[in-house]
Amino acid sequence: MLSRRIFLKNGAFAFVSLGFAPSFLARTAFAQGRLGTTTRAKQLIAIFQRGAVDGLSVVVPHGEGEYYRARPSIAIPRPNAGDGAAIDLDGFFGFNPRLQPLKALWDRRELAIVHACGSPDSTRSHFDAQDYMESGTPGVKSTSDGWLNRYLQARKVEAATPFRAVSLTSQLPRMLQGAAPALAVSQIGQFGIRAGQASDMVGASFEAEYAAAADHMLNGTGREAFDAIKMLKVADPSKYQPDNGADYPRSPFGQALKQIAQLTKSNVGLEVAFADVGGWDTHVNQGAGQGQLAGRLDDFSRSIAALVADLGDRMGDTVVLTMSEFGRAVNENGNRGTDHGHGNAMMVMGGGVRGGHVYGKWPGLSVDRRYDGRDLAVTTDFRDVFGEIVVRHLGVNDARSIFPGYAVSPAKFPGLFA
Amino acid sequence: MQRPQSPVVRAAIAAALVLAGTGWLGRSPAGAAAAAFSNDDKTILHVLNRIGFGPRPGDVERVKALGLQRYIDEQLRPERIADPNMSARLSALATLGLSNREIADTYELPQLQARQAQKKDAAQAGDNAPAAGDNVDKGRMPDPLQQKANRVVVELSDQKILRAVYSERQLQEVLTDFWFNHFNVDARKGPDRFMLTEYEREVIRPHVLGKFHDLLEADAKSPAMLFYLDNWMSADPNGPHMQPMAAPRMGRGRFGGLMFPPAARPNAQGKNAPKGLNENYGRELMELHTLGVDGGYTQKDVTEVARAFTGWTIQNPRLGGGFRFEPRIHDEGQKIVLGHVIKAGGGERDGEQVLDILAKHPSTARFIATKLVRRFVSDTPPPALVDRAAARFRDTDGDLREVMRTILTSPEFFAPESYRAKVKTPFEFVASALRATGADIQDATPLVREMQRLGQPLYMCQPPTGYKDTADAWVNTGALVNRMNFSLLLASNKVPRVTVADPSTVNTILGDDVSETTRSTIAKATNAPQMAALTLGAPEFQRR
Repeated sequence: MLSRRIFLKNGAFAFVSLGFAPSFLARTAFAQGRLGTTTRAKQLIAIFQRGAVDGLSVVVPHGEGEYYRARPSIAIPRPNAGDGAAIDLDGFFGFNPRLQPLKALWDRRELAIVHACGSPDSTRSHFDAQDYMESGTPGVKSTSDGWLNRYLQARKVEAATPFRAVSLTSQLPRMLQGAAPALAVSQIGQFGIRAGQASDMVGASFEAEYAAAADHMLNGTGREAFDAIKMLKVADPSKYQPDNGADYPRSPFGQALKQIAQLTKSNVGLEVAFADVGGWDTHVNQGAGQGQLAGRLDDFSRSIAALVADLGDRMGDTVVLTMSEFGRAVNENGNRGTDHGHGNAMMVMGGGVRGGHVYGKWPGLSVDRRYDGRDLAVTTDFRDVFGEIVVRHLGVNDARSIFPGYAVSPAKFPGLFA
Repeated sequence: MQRPQSPVVRAAIAAALVLAGTGWLGRSPAGAAAAAFSNDDKTILHVLNRIGFGPRPGDVERVKALGLQRYIDEQLRPERIADPNMSARLSALATLGLSNREIADTYELPQLQARQAQKKDAAQAGDNAPAAGDNVDKGRMPDPLQQKANRVVVELSDQKILRAVYSERQLQEVLTDFWFNHFNVDARKGPDRFMLTEYEREVIRPHVLGKFHDLLEADAKSPAMLFYLDNWMSADPNGPHMQPMAAPRMGRGRFGGLMFPPAARPNAQGKNAPKGLNENYGRELMELHTLGVDGGYTQKDVTEVARAFTGWTIQNPRLGGGFRFEPRIHDEGQKIVLGHVIKAGGGERDGEQVLDILAKHPSTARFIATKLVRRFVSDTPPPALVDRAAARFRDTDGDLREVMRTILTSPEFFAPESYRAKVKTPFEFVASALRATGADIQDATPLVREMQRLGQPLYMCQPPTGYKDTADAWVNTGALVNRMNFSLLLASNKVPRVTVADPSTVNTILGDDVSETTRSTIAKATNAPQMAALTLGAPEFQRR
């Protein structure tokens, strides 16, 4: 399966490369030329909160008494209840106080929330649930590629650059694995062959070795690597300093988002970007307005707020999507933490988003309304959120190939876009 | 460091590249009989790449003289293999032989005490001391106690590299890597960084060719695992245990993002005493350690297993304490696990019964067999070999040496389609590069840092799944570029305190099975370090 996938990838590459030498320059020019027109390409920035964030403490149902009964020591207090209280959003839901940096986006109606969202599959395994959320086929393990990669396949872009899809991680995430080329790079500034004065010569030698490899997988990935290196050298993203006073945290997540902004502004053709952030698996001493979860949310929200500020009016063409594999149990456990649960909250941000609203049917938290009697039930399939973004934001007409086995239908979209 | 290339070196490379490989099996895997051993160079290279971390200069000749079958037999009995140079290589690493308690006394307590004093000061100054995990990006001065504490994991990591490169007991090292990864514990979770030295030395390493049940039980009772998957805090929610016990400390979720986080915030005595069930260990024990996620258990089984293990806790995790059964937090009721009734009142035996049930379960035999075949044979494990390995597991009561023998003597292991079927993980890549170049490692710590850059920080795999063992996880653009750069650093002696013997010797390692372009590209390099780098970074060397 793998070799077939790589074969397809190489086939696509060979086609793109035919005739135009050096092809990467042509594609850079294309990417930059496209900017001058009014039809700037749409962009999606996907953020994965690995470890299952407790959505009930991120977007807090403060209007529901059951939340406070289920969480005697770690509930986020109702709005206006002093330090660490929730920030009211709509009279029923409120932000964790550490999401304050995102409140302005909500007020500008550029941030939407889909609550009680998740997978139809019942797994409470991090591994399986992440796998399903990334493959886009809950319950089916044999899917070989990720849904974002299938989007790249479904909406072919003529002269796509090696930077069409970039993950700011050291390994390519499942979501971007597949036949369409995608780049994994954790530090764009260090991406290249480093051999002092001999760098160009040694780089050319490595390039020749990989270009000649009969090994399809290494051959294809090697080609992608050297195309990207050349293009990055021309574009030099590091010269783009944050705009609009954007202040990125020095954390790995903050720095990943900063690099996404740099790639965006250097016009290398970035269409789909991915970053992830861990530390959400709060089985023990989760904390409330202060503590473990709050510390992670502080980094999370300040990083995203900086990205949004930095991208400025480019946010009109951009959607930032956050997700996590499942939510956490409604009742706190015996260690002031929370065990694995089910439904969760997703955030969708961008200039074209109909924000300032919590989407989805709220199932309630009383025991009889819970999934398995313990977890927030799922009322919105995550594929309806992904599907709406793919169709209404990225402009795919037929999303069936992206979510095989699922009837993607506008009737089921939450309504995140006009 | 550039060395002129002598005609001798050129000749050596030319000779190396035409190593004969004519004996490589045209056999197809027929039947379940053990494979006949072919003693040709290509087969020997294959074996050295699979049951060890790749050949050193001269290894092929040594194994040829010994005979392949005898080499494999020897490797299955590591305790009989003399390993004379290892102790000298490890002698500078003072923490390797220490117990959890000794490590806690020397490295952890001073840090805790300093932190408590600091907190006291802050409280007196009316400052609201921030909780650990807050403001993760705030700059912090390097704390000498913290740095000293970090030495424990650094030395353990040094050890892992040194053994992989220099130990004669190569299979034991590969299996220690495999089983640690199977029972993964992330050093970044609270005091676990002080427990992994003993964990690997006492729990993992002695059992890798023993009985699976012994390994499983040692693991279940290890403070490292009890802490990592939170079982030490799991308690019967209705039990008579509300009186304060030794105060548990804050733990991070196991996807904690920080590297070497500061010691967790000490809480008020008894404030966080266990009050209820924690399912974390119960779930992963079945999903990851034994049955596999499709092994036929339900959420109800997870809860029942978690109940059975209530009371399996740690004497005092902050002081390097060992396993302890605490009846006050144990759920004494009856449990039903995978259809087996565990009678009420079993106490500590409840957990042991669960381990018995799981170790004997056919799903466990199949799950373990599949993972081992994936590690040693192919990313797509041949079903017939998995069947035979699983059957051997069941027939021998989980004797891992016999399961390994089944795999390493199988026709599938020696089949042509298994040759270079595996892409090396970053650790396998680094270890094999050091072996191929005959490197002298005066200090392994710079290599530990390289492992982070290559995307596989040692002892710091976040999820309990461990690192993936398939090519798709490791082959991507960024990773390949990083490997090429590491090859350049190593071959030109720019990894601090690591010296390669003679960079040209590496060329013997690939044998004759390289592309014409790789051969001519290497031959055209202007100096020996570049030749070595172009060999180590070549597509052929990324596979084993």
